[in-house]
Amino acid sequence: MTMELSDAQLVGRCRAGEAAAWNELVERFSRYVYAIAVRAYRLAEHDAEDVFQDVFARAYERLGSLRDDTAIRPWLAQLTRNACVDRLRTSAREQPAEEPAAEETDAMLERLDEALDVHEGLEALSGDCREILDRFFARDESYRTIGEALDLPAGTIASRISRCLGKLREQLEGRKLGPDTSGGS
Amino acid sequence: MSATFGYDEERLGELLSDLPPAPAGWVRAAQELPAARRGIDEIVERARVDSEFRVRLVADLEAALAAAGYEPTDELVDAVRACLPELDQ
Repeated sequence: MTMELSDAQLVGRCRAGEAAAWNELVERFSRYVYAIAVRAYRLAEHDAEDVFQDVFARAYERLGSLRDDTAIRPWLAQLTRNACVDRLRTSAREQPAEEPAAEETDAMLERLDEALDVHEGLEALSGDCREILDRFFARDESYRTIGEALDLPAGTIASRISRCLGKLREQLEGRKLGPDTSGGS
Repeated sequence: MSATFGYDEERLGELLSDLPPAPAGWVRAAQELPAARRGIDEIVERARVDSEFRVRLVADLEAALAAAGYEPTDELVDAVRACLPELDQ
């Protein structure tokens, strides 16, 4: 999809059966669902994969029962929490293990919500800035790898990151009203 | 947004690091769900109206799916297997 749809618009289009909308919905929330499973509930990779697929399968089946289309994010978070708890309980029956403390999980879920807000703020930046910040922070790529991938001198990456972070901060703090078009260079 | 004021760059970096991409294969599989569901519906419907196909499915599910032109992935085989008992009723 070329234009950025609101969450509610996206849900509406998914419900109407638009394949591209479903692709976008999965793309938009995949990191969030994944992070809840592996960071908040510390699931092993194979369990996290099952939870991930289960959450999106349930979401697909039950999208029609979502009463408020703007609430897709908390709804998915709840589906993911339930799936993680079920998975931990099933695993504990097979092999007892220590579950993360509830307060710890809640604090991490709150942080992931904030992280998703910040991640959504990236959308208003230029493609260059989005790419460079995502590669460095979320994908943990080195200056050298980023430089090679984006055909930029590695020595300029640090300053670009700093500049793009500044733009992101301005964006999040509402100092800029329109999308950034100045690029990351 | 829940907290849009008072970010410093270090904090922003930490929050960006909190959301690494999910493995590409997982994302793709989730995106293909609707098509997979349609495939399952199609197979189940055919089995409902075509008794020979139904017999072949029961005898050797994977071979019958492959012969009918479907890739017998674990997910597809499991999903169709789950529907077989209701087809016998």
